[in-house]
Amino acid sequence: MTQPVSPPRDDTPKLSSQAERSPWRAVVARADVRTLSLLGVLAVLILIGGITKPDEFLDTRNLQLVLTQASVIGVVTVGMTFVIISGGIDLSVGAIVALASVWATTVATQDFGFTGVLFTAVLVGVGCGLVNGVLIAYGAMVPFIATLAMLASARGLALQITDGNTQVVTIDGILDLGERDSYILGVPPLVLMFAVVTIIGWLVLNRTTFGRRTVAVGGNAEATRLAGIDVRRQRLYLYLLSGLCCGIAAFMLIILSGSGQNTNGNLYELDAIAAAIIGGTLLTGGRGTIVGSVLGVLIFTTITNIFALNNLQSDVQQIAKGAIIVAAVLVQRRTANTT
Amino acid sequence: MPELTSRRGLLFGTAAVSAGVLLAGCTSNESDDEPASNDQPAADDKKGKQVTIGFAGPQADHGWLNAINDNAKSRAKKYEDVTLEITEGSNDTAAQIGQIETLINKKVDVLVILPADGKALTQVGLKAMRAGIPVVNLDRIFNSPQAYRSYIGGDNFGMGLNAGHYIGEKLKDKKNAKVIELAGLDNLELTKQRTAGFDAALKNYPNIKKVARQAAEFTVESGQAKMSQLLQAQSSFDALWNHDDDQGVGALRAIEQAGRDDFLMVGGAGALSAMQAIESDNSVLKATVLYPPTMAASAIDLARALGQGKGISGLAEFEIPSSLTLYSAVVDKENVKTYLPTGFK
Repeated sequence: MTQPVSPPRDDTPKLSSQAERSPWRAVVARADVRTLSLLGVLAVLILIGGITKPDEFLDTRNLQLVLTQASVIGVVTVGMTFVIISGGIDLSVGAIVALASVWATTVATQDFGFTGVLFTAVLVGVGCGLVNGVLIAYGAMVPFIATLAMLASARGLALQITDGNTQVVTIDGILDLGERDSYILGVPPLVLMFAVVTIIGWLVLNRTTFGRRTVAVGGNAEATRLAGIDVRRQRLYLYLLSGLCCGIAAFMLIILSGSGQNTNGNLYELDAIAAAIIGGTLLTGGRGTIVGSVLGVLIFTTITNIFALNNLQSDVQQIAKGAIIVAAVLVQRRTANTT
Repeated sequence: MPELTSRRGLLFGTAAVSAGVLLAGCTSNESDDEPASNDQPAADDKKGKQVTIGFAGPQADHGWLNAINDNAKSRAKKYEDVTLEITEGSNDTAAQIGQIETLINKKVDVLVILPADGKALTQVGLKAMRAGIPVVNLDRIFNSPQAYRSYIGGDNFGMGLNAGHYIGEKLKDKKNAKVIELAGLDNLELTKQRTAGFDAALKNYPNIKKVARQAAEFTVESGQAKMSQLLQAQSSFDALWNHDDDQGVGALRAIEQAGRDDFLMVGGAGALSAMQAIESDNSVLKATVLYPPTMAASAIDLARALGQGKGISGLAEFEIPSSLTLYSAVVDKENVKTYLPTGFK
């Protein structure tokens, strides 16, 4: 092994070299055909929305609405993207969101105030991530199994805490963040939080050693280990990161819905995985982008919005959603092969 | 639990009195036969034959289902002669079948079953009946009348009907009135029935048109998401019917976030938070249509009476009826005080 951590795939962006030459060119180079095709899909959707419901769809409030609805699952997807790039999977995200939200709202009903709720949500998220990480990194458990176990137990715990009840939050400071009065330059606070998480995620993945190690672990874990990188610790951090994102998402969901319920975050794991896959992240690890994942989330949310505006029923929605996942991935294969 | 005491009083105390009055009334008629002079005595609060009741319900991951469990448990606790065997709730059909078979093997005297899916659990209901265990089918009905001795449940069609009539009366003087519907889980039979009842009622009001319907998932999160989309899609409408008060918490949140108050909202089920909102009258929520979880307490009463071989008081019948469908009362500001104690968290 003379060559340390070599990029495992040809299409893995060679971050350091390009970035050194010209940061902007690197950005453009990375906005490859895959990302452009996603933007194309989004543009087509916007066109469809604009044609079918011009008044309602192309309204500022609708834009705010779509972005707000994308925010919670978007934050979860950023964490999920890191995990999948490293060759792992986190099936427990939805359950962690549920557990963090009910725990935080339990605190809220006991009147610990704004920071108490935020702190609890994030802490519970990180705690669950820590358990996942330790089991996977040091207990040598397969991520699928470890996070499946977390899914079951976190949901059970959430049900136990709420006793099946909906925990309504009445703390004004939290609820205000979901109101239109607190929009900053027309941007809802939730969307700003989503933007901040996305930008930090992008920077961490593309500009730090941590990001490069994540890609390396996903590309070839053994080679990475031989290159002297502590792969286990890296894995631990990645699941912690995913848990942290879930904690933040739970707090955002409390702002959005004004309550905590054990059914929160239902099927988030599948939505987040689907968004990441549509965004071009390889399920086998080693490749993926934050921008792609966020576009994936936006595509899903826009579809839902267009369906609702046109009063399509849920059966049609589900069928169409499935078809669009298949179509998007097929289109991506095509464009990826031709580059 | 004050609501149980009052209800119990209603069922057994006053009912016994009114039965007496009824008897007196009957005897004063032409017929001199004493109807229901009770070879079969009616069940009452007095300690009778010991009965073991097996209770199998779905997973209580929702306010209403949780209230069902609570009602069953606290009702059973009231009777010295009742032992309740409860299985762990499950939304998985196969798991629930297994649990009911366990209860059959344990040879409980009577079974109360709230199936996750009525059609799918018909076979195990039949099995219990063949084993000589009478089944009280709670809420989601079995496919075959042979699978249960007695059915008690809510009226989903009636919920829609009463919600529709309430909205219809409120809007009857309004030309070209528009209503929208926020339905529950679309893959449940009950959702279709609620919608069918609603549509049937609206047919009586030609000035009203239903302009949109979206299905949510009985959760706060889905209620918020679907409602905010509906509000965006419909720039103006006059009334909203929301199938479920739990998802209504989310729907109300979305309405508040959109700053809308140009319509009236009717909820469904009868959650405490909804009733409190109706009472304080500071939101668009003006009424809710009941789907009372007290039916679980009544199911325990029926099961106990079946186990002791008694009838129920207040009716002339010797035997317990094979079917009881509850009434979906509309709770609004006028009568909310009466129903508030039955509101569930």
